[in-house]
Amino acid sequence: MAELVERVGEVIEASTTDFVAQCYELYQLPPLGSLVKTRDLPVELYGIVYHAATTSLEPGRRPIARGKDEDSEEAIYQSNPQLLKLLRSEFSTLVVGYKDEKLHHYLPPRPARIHGFVYQCPPDEVRDFSQSFDFLNMLLNTQLPVPADELIAACLRQMSQMYEDRHTFLVAAGKELALLLSGELNQLKAILGRLRV
Amino acid sequence: MTQENNERLGIVVSGSLNKGVEVKLDSSASVEDMAVGRYVAIEGNKRRFFGMITDVSLGVTDPRLALTPPDVSDPFIAEVLAGTTTYGTLHVSPQLTIGGDVPSLLEGPQPVKTVPSHFSVVNLASDRDIELVFGKEDKDRFWIGNPLDMETKLCLNLPELVKRSNGIFGKSGTGKTFLTRILLIGMLQKSAAVNLVFDMHSEYGWEGSSEQGRKVKALKQLFPSKVAVFTLDEENSRRRKVSTDFVVRIGYDEIEPEDMILLRQTLNLTEPAVEAVYQVRRRFGKDWLLRTSEMEDSEETRNLLREMNIHESTFQNLQRGLNTIRRLPFIEPQSPVKAVQHILEYLDRGINVVLEFGRYTDITAYILVANLLTRRIYAKYRESTERAMAEDIAHPTPLVITIEEAHRFLNPEIASQTIFGTIAREMRKYNVTLLVIDQRPSGIDSEVMSQIGTKITCLLDNERDIDSVLAGVSGKSELKSVLAKLAAKQQALIFGHAVPMPVAFQPREYGSAESYKSFALSEEAGGEKQAAKDIEELWG
Repeated sequence: MAELVERVGEVIEASTTDFVAQCYELYQLPPLGSLVKTRDLPVELYGIVYHAATTSLEPGRRPIARGKDEDSEEAIYQSNPQLLKLLRSEFSTLVVGYKDEKLHHYLPPRPARIHGFVYQCPPDEVRDFSQSFDFLNMLLNTQLPVPADELIAACLRQMSQMYEDRHTFLVAAGKELALLLSGELNQLKAILGRLRV
Repeated sequence: MTQENNERLGIVVSGSLNKGVEVKLDSSASVEDMAVGRYVAIEGNKRRFFGMITDVSLGVTDPRLALTPPDVSDPFIAEVLAGTTTYGTLHVSPQLTIGGDVPSLLEGPQPVKTVPSHFSVVNLASDRDIELVFGKEDKDRFWIGNPLDMETKLCLNLPELVKRSNGIFGKSGTGKTFLTRILLIGMLQKSAAVNLVFDMHSEYGWEGSSEQGRKVKALKQLFPSKVAVFTLDEENSRRRKVSTDFVVRIGYDEIEPEDMILLRQTLNLTEPAVEAVYQVRRRFGKDWLLRTSEMEDSEETRNLLREMNIHESTFQNLQRGLNTIRRLPFIEPQSPVKAVQHILEYLDRGINVVLEFGRYTDITAYILVANLLTRRIYAKYRESTERAMAEDIAHPTPLVITIEEAHRFLNPEIASQTIFGTIAREMRKYNVTLLVIDQRPSGIDSEVMSQIGTKITCLLDNERDIDSVLAGVSGKSELKSVLAKLAAKQQALIFGHAVPMPVAFQPREYGSAESYKSFALSEEAGGEKQAAKDIEELWG
């Protein structure tokens, strides 16, 4: 069963509130706001991708421009095959819930394990998870390097794709946001504006 | 409490017993579907409450939203904001409550003494709720219409209704006459009371007309055996092809000084002139009217006036007034048959009497005749009631006297002196009550208004009229907003003695062939059919 699900990476850094995973293939990043999970049996931890970066393997060593004499970008990688190994893509996720016997929309008792595999959640699981909008509150209230507006909008856009009736899902989510942001009209407007599909 | 299959509106969020409760609408309920006057049922923890929507308002969680409105041209944003950041609220005034335990269920709805707890669910009242509160059509209850926006029948307990004087108010053209006809039919079928209708515009006896000029049948055509049409104007009745039962004539000797008091305004009499009437009555006896009006301007007259201490100008004023009365064609020196006697005979036999005025729609004639007849009929009723009490025999059949333009009889200046004022105040002690129809309720004495048991009012827009109709009613300001928003036609608000709580309703249809049939049916419903149905229900 697990193998049917797309594996996107491996945990390389973990804390109670988030974990960082490295992709197996360069640039094979899950989209911003998508729901991923990792296992710490019997518990499955859910996270929402809030940040991704592709950097040099060594922190102090920055890549240099190599394409001056190449015809295309693709050609750069072809003539420098070592590049694929010198660079890496990694993404950070915010832990938004876990599942033991049932689904919980709050932080798990323990953080994820290093080298835990990270999977992209299949549509069924996304739908199950998004039956409750409790995770929105977590996204709103955590200090992240990305603006919460952007992240929430991206997350809801991602989730809505798993639904046949995207509009109904987005309206329901919007209403939940309207309640959460009852005093922050401008933020609400900013998010709603980004939800239009 | 058992949740019925009702349409959920929202939840109670705040309120007080005095001011009513605030209900926040669910986002699924559109504020545009609400209407003041509609009924709601509130499911409290321990008891259910029934109330009426008395105001609808819009709210926002963030006041800035009102200053910088969002882009609602985007349906998505509009949909998200509806019911969350922007929401509708209802103001509901709870009126009745019913407990959840068996004794209180049997007891039925009681007036509210508290409010539902926070976040109680509010539903639109179901047909069953309405039936629970107002009862269903049976031998006492008469279907008068439907609560606004509802299919269910609103029934009125008529024996209860006629125990007090009642009023029907409304601007001209709002359907007072149609409503009165429906109510008269109801009384005729279910109340065991007889009606005496002073029919100023000849609309209740044989036939009337709707505002579109369509003819509608009136009482006599629908219930020929129970209604007699009396007329003051035989010629007019004949021309309209009305079969009348009796032509009313009034003799000079039947007019008493008390009748003149009422006419003071319409005849333009001065205060001393009215006083003088009593003096001439004492002096001349029964023939006072004839003799006074025929007195010529001579030395003899002047001496007589000096003797009675009446000023000459006062006397002239009086004479002018009396001559106006004498010019009324139905006034005769001697009337062969006493109309009062005749009316009483009919009423005794349980036959309702409609007195048509024909062409004499002028207010002098109406006041004179109505007052004159009523006073005598009331005296007879009083007499027979007192005899019945003393001898322990059956009381006379309850009588309901219907008068139009009631403010002419019951205005503060004369209400204390006229018979109608007395009837309104003394109520049913002598089994006589009034059905007052008026378009100017503010003109009616407040003391009389306060004694009117059940008030049915169509649209009123004059502030003073509204105030006087609602005087003394609890939750006045709420009812006021309901009343002011009634449609100009065929909507009315009923409140008072005969109904457990105020309700805005649409009177049942009147004027089509089916409606006549349904009236005939509802008559039967009181009798055998109901009994059969009861048995069926009992043995199921």
